[in-house]
Amino acid sequence: MTTRQTASDVGYAPLAIGLILILGLALTIWGAARTTDGPFAIQMYTAMAAFLVGLFALVRAYILPNGEAVRTRYEDGVVKAGVIASTFWGIAGLLVGVIIALQLSFPALFYFEDFGWTNFGRLRPLHTSAVIFAFGGNVLIATSFYVVQRTCRARLAGGPWAWFVFWGYQLFILLAGTGYLLGITAGREYAEPPWYTDLWLTLVWVVYLLVFLGTIWKREEKHIYVANWFYLAFIVTIAMLHIINNLALPVSFANYFSYSAFSGVQDALTQWWYGHNAVGFFLTAGFLAIMYYFIPKQADRPVYSYRLSIIHFWALIFLYIWAGPHHLHYTALPMWAQTLGATFSIMLWMPSWGGMINGLMTLSGAWDKLRTDPVLRMLVVSVAFYGMSTFEGPVMSIRAVNSLSHYTDWTIGHVHSGALGWVGFVSFGALYCLTPWLWKRERLYSNALVEWHFWIATLGIVLYITSMWVAGVMQGLMWRAYNELGFLEYSFVESVEAMHPYYIIRALGGLLYLIGALLMAYNLWRTARGDAPAAVAIRPNAAPAAVAAE
Amino acid sequence: MTTPEKHGVDEFTGTSTTGHEWDGIRELDTPLPRWWLYIFYATIVVAAVYWVLMPAWPMLNSYTPGILGFSDRANVAAELQTLQAARKPSFDRLTAASYDEIVADPQLAEFARAAGETTFADNCATCHGAGGAGAPGYPSLADDVWLWGGTLGDIEHTLRVGIRSTHDDTRLSIMPAYGRDGLMSTRDIGDVTEYVLTLSTARDREKPVPAAAARGAAIYQQQCVSCHGATGAGDRAFGAPSLTDDVWLYGGSRAEVRRQIELGRGGVMPAWETRLDPAVIRALSVYVYGLGGGEKEPVAIIEPAPAAPAIP
Repeated sequence: MTTRQTASDVGYAPLAIGLILILGLALTIWGAARTTDGPFAIQMYTAMAAFLVGLFALVRAYILPNGEAVRTRYEDGVVKAGVIASTFWGIAGLLVGVIIALQLSFPALFYFEDFGWTNFGRLRPLHTSAVIFAFGGNVLIATSFYVVQRTCRARLAGGPWAWFVFWGYQLFILLAGTGYLLGITAGREYAEPPWYTDLWLTLVWVVYLLVFLGTIWKREEKHIYVANWFYLAFIVTIAMLHIINNLALPVSFANYFSYSAFSGVQDALTQWWYGHNAVGFFLTAGFLAIMYYFIPKQADRPVYSYRLSIIHFWALIFLYIWAGPHHLHYTALPMWAQTLGATFSIMLWMPSWGGMINGLMTLSGAWDKLRTDPVLRMLVVSVAFYGMSTFEGPVMSIRAVNSLSHYTDWTIGHVHSGALGWVGFVSFGALYCLTPWLWKRERLYSNALVEWHFWIATLGIVLYITSMWVAGVMQGLMWRAYNELGFLEYSFVESVEAMHPYYIIRALGGLLYLIGALLMAYNLWRTARGDAPAAVAIRPNAAPAAVAAE
Repeated sequence: MTTPEKHGVDEFTGTSTTGHEWDGIRELDTPLPRWWLYIFYATIVVAAVYWVLMPAWPMLNSYTPGILGFSDRANVAAELQTLQAARKPSFDRLTAASYDEIVADPQLAEFARAAGETTFADNCATCHGAGGAGAPGYPSLADDVWLWGGTLGDIEHTLRVGIRSTHDDTRLSIMPAYGRDGLMSTRDIGDVTEYVLTLSTARDREKPVPAAAARGAAIYQQQCVSCHGATGAGDRAFGAPSLTDDVWLYGGSRAEVRRQIELGRGGVMPAWETRLDPAVIRALSVYVYGLGGGEKEPVAIIEPAPAAPAIP
């Protein structure tokens, strides 16, 4: 499986990467020297340090002699790094989530006057970006690199460029996250990074696309597997969304602040066209790709329906891109755009469920494995949550429902049934599969710990989403309640007060989910270390053995 | 799919596979589930019907308006009008009635309280607290201590013109910042503090030093008496609080009293005349009056509220 590494495999890639790093170094030095803005200077120093470390790593790898380089059939090093990064960022993001949930539950207790950077306003984007882009993004990059190699029977294209994608993406996360804490934001939800961080991500993302496309290009399989269609749709569309939504003019090249290219209601619509399709293509298409590889693999069953995968893929990507205006019901957005947003969301229901059917029905002939394989159960439950939230979404996009749900915690509950139930569980499932595969272990360190993870996290999700449903519906009803004399029954602050118990339940749910993720991290670490397996086989095809019942 | 030959049949389901295999993953050639397909068609039909009924598709210079003639803008305007029409008779009666008439008419009083409560919660509670409980720097409205008077007329006037606001007739008083502006020596401020504490029922708690208080009395007679009065009873003409009770806007400890003499702080309340309807201000006055400490003084409220926002 291993061949000797030759110079021609690598080509000019290290040189090109080196030039990018040197250019980045020069620009950050210029930026740090020219700016009058303290936080911007800190960002420049951060990037400068990262470029320097990158240069040293490059020199060590390609210039200093480092013995006989061997190359494996597949490039798995970068996938391993992705598994570690995913686990790390997942825990970081969930932890910040628990902190801000506590801030909402006990605002006086978790308000630190002398530490402005711990304010809710700065930690909230840190949480959303950490879980979506740092955790989710790393899971997507790592799994896509793994899956595309296996299903194309080709090594990752571009040699060191895959590592450039990985580390470049971590730098993007670092700049974005520390920027939020410093008070640097572009003020666009889920697109808060400033213009220079956006530009860096654009470069990294284009390289990611090329590495992925290059691998498909040199595949040794005749057909392209469905998971790769979804990965490709995710990569291409995110590039488009990211570039258009972040079009902006900086006030100075030595300042973080910039003005959006759009204004007024066009700006709002661009933002929510981006926002909804970040859900559609980042959190749906990409994770459906994960589902399409890991569920059939773990269940050892064929995918339920090839035809369904074709139809629901094209329907999904055609319809999703129209649905954004449903975030702007009853606003200055013209009525006709609201209609289109709502109707396309309704038509999106079945295409979304096509993915759910294909995921669930792939289990036919293997349902018994749900009893013995908690990893498979996690993957399957994630698909069930996917089905649930993709039904709830179209319902909430109906204007009459939206008039109750919008601006309330119902939206937060909806997002988290998708985020914790679907994205989180399918990612955890993939990480549980990948770790023994990558580190060449027979099985996971402990299946019992996976059981614990599964049940603790499931309980956490249930607490989270039910409390937010109740809270959201209650808010909506309180805000619209009139007394018999024609006056509002409640003031806003009374509705805030009424949220208190539900916010505590939500924080508890989030805490349980975090505890589950910590169990996973421990389990993965012991597995990678090669510690003796505790109970049961996890690899497909392995004989099922007894497992601690839930 | 189009290839007619069977590629091998999955044993469990009896469905043929597509013949592709990727890393061990095969695909069944299962047809689309009918229920799935029909519901998908149904959602498309629903969407199409919706497009016919409602504003939907953009054209070059306009959009398809839909056959229902639906308009959010018109709906909101109509709903607002309905609501305002329903409230109007009661508001009209409220504006015309004297306070005695309002009290005598339980229905009208109830209406005034309801209107006032809503307005208070969304406009006043931010500073004065829910139920008017007050906060440091923001007086309580739920007790019977008033800076500018607690009759319905007084309250209504304060609401209209505000305190230290931008209104031409605003209620205005400025306590000098004796310490910050160097109008008194540090020692004198300490002495006056002790004297002020002897005037107040806080004396039992703070135990003022008699010698210092005696020195402070003389300074008080020169500097403070014109507003706060010889006995410290205060004067509502200047919004000067009584110093004889133990109710304090900026706190009643020795240090807090001293700090107020040093800084002479005074808050700002906006003039609501330019923001709220006269009838709503009237209702708000009735609500605040009823919070706990309204004072009866029929003379002050006989003047009918003007229909147009005029300043009394």
